[in-house]
Amino acid sequence: MTVYADNAATTKTSETALKALLPYMREIYGNPSSLHTLGQTAAEALFSARKKFADLLGCKPREIIFTSGGSEADNQAILSAAAIGEKKGKKHIISTAFEHHAVLHTLEKLKKRGFEITLLDVHCDGIVRIDELEAAIRDDTCLVTVMYANNEIGTVQPISEIGTICRNRGIIFHTDAVQAAGHVHIDIASQNIDMLSLSAHKFHGPKGVGVLYSKSGIPLVNVIEGGAQERGRRGGTENVPAIVGAAAAFEEAVGNLDKNAEYTSALRDRLIKGLSRISHSELNGALAPRLPGNVSFCFEGIEGEAILLMLDGKGICASSGSACTSGSLDPSHVLLAIGRKHEIAHGSLRLTLSHENTPEEIDYIIDSVIETVERLREMSPLWHDKCDGKKPFEL
Amino acid sequence: MALYTETVMDHFTNPRNMGEIKDFDGAGEVGNAKCGDIMKIYLKIKDNVIEDVKFETFGCGSAIASSSMATEMIKGRTIDDALKVTNKDVVKALGGLPAHKLHCSVLAEEAIKSAVRDYYDRNGIAYEKKDFPDCEGCQACRMV
Repeated sequence: MTVYADNAATTKTSETALKALLPYMREIYGNPSSLHTLGQTAAEALFSARKKFADLLGCKPREIIFTSGGSEADNQAILSAAAIGEKKGKKHIISTAFEHHAVLHTLEKLKKRGFEITLLDVHCDGIVRIDELEAAIRDDTCLVTVMYANNEIGTVQPISEIGTICRNRGIIFHTDAVQAAGHVHIDIASQNIDMLSLSAHKFHGPKGVGVLYSKSGIPLVNVIEGGAQERGRRGGTENVPAIVGAAAAFEEAVGNLDKNAEYTSALRDRLIKGLSRISHSELNGALAPRLPGNVSFCFEGIEGEAILLMLDGKGICASSGSACTSGSLDPSHVLLAIGRKHEIAHGSLRLTLSHENTPEEIDYIIDSVIETVERLREMSPLWHDKCDGKKPFEL
Repeated sequence: MALYTETVMDHFTNPRNMGEIKDFDGAGEVGNAKCGDIMKIYLKIKDNVIEDVKFETFGCGSAIASSSMATEMIKGRTIDDALKVTNKDVVKALGGLPAHKLHCSVLAEEAIKSAVRDYYDRNGIAYEKKDFPDCEGCQACRMV
């Protein structure tokens, strides 16, 4: 039995998306920039995909730029907003401590160019505070970039409130919505979002395609130089099959959003309840507001990579924020940002569900995780020291 | 390609000599919780021979496999033989480890040495301090 519970890493391409994209491989394979009928048919499909995203997100088709994925969209959004700020002598950016590296590393790059970066605290519940954002805003703030929902712990941020504040202060607001798009309702217009990134393979679309929404009037800096594709804002022949598949997947995800969210969050709560029976363990981040499919736990006294290997042996695909899985010394910056100690963060497990999971799978995951944690604790001198009172329990 | 060799997975899934020896003659613990690796080795020694050995490990798959393999390599051997086991020997016996996991094998070598040193200390046996790693500050972790 294989149980896929790593949907925040990537999802299975849906039948609908696959069916939509296949004709653009061998039948309508023209280059959308070509003049001939085959090319122009592909160009029409490209426009229709763009319109689909625009309609579903609440913006205009010309405000949609197709990229290679969420990371590229994040890079382009932040570098563009920074360039606008720089021209006006505004070189202060506000973000959060637990953004994706596509955001954090781009901000690091800007720091070297003389930008000042304020990273908001995300507290132990994994949620930014509006009053702290307001206090951080300065006259020279040119951009606020806050992720819609966190990729590791699934907590959803107060995006509408942030949007209102930024709009009132005339500051560009970007949100990395890679984990949220297709899973929670997004309405760009009413939420006052100026820029937004999303990635198709997180909502059962194909890999290698993302979207940058950028409000009309915001001049963009090119990350990829080339031809006049995407109105000159992103060079390179468009990945037509993937884009068509992405639009089909997004339409399907948004169309079924309420139904899927209700079903998946019931599975999520069943899993959280089951894993909460394990002693000296804790859910990472607030229980709500949380993505429908996200379950993230820390188990004291054991290490995450060992948990993953053992679960993999039982056919369960999961992930961890342990240092051992990243190849670096430090565990996940997200878990450290919510105040987890290194030792505890090493023992993390992320299980991310989709509407394709079943209650039976959830019960199998619960039994398997309980068994795995027991087995690894039996091997762990750290766990024994805690049980013998030689070291304190943290959770 | 899998992350680990079949031998690593075998020792991770079915670790040899896992557990505690309550009346040990020497025991050593290396690593620390902050780095995410702690390895503890218990020795039962008679006439200079390691009669029994057990390990406990808090760590990743390769840390558990390295400790299991290391205990297999020193069980029934003389202390002198055990002290000759290097991290490279452990890696070789495991059929290789990914580069960023090599420090796990270093921990295994250091855990053996640390347990032998404890045995020497308990029995008033003299030894060259420089032959034994100073585990304060987690040498292995700095290798990453």
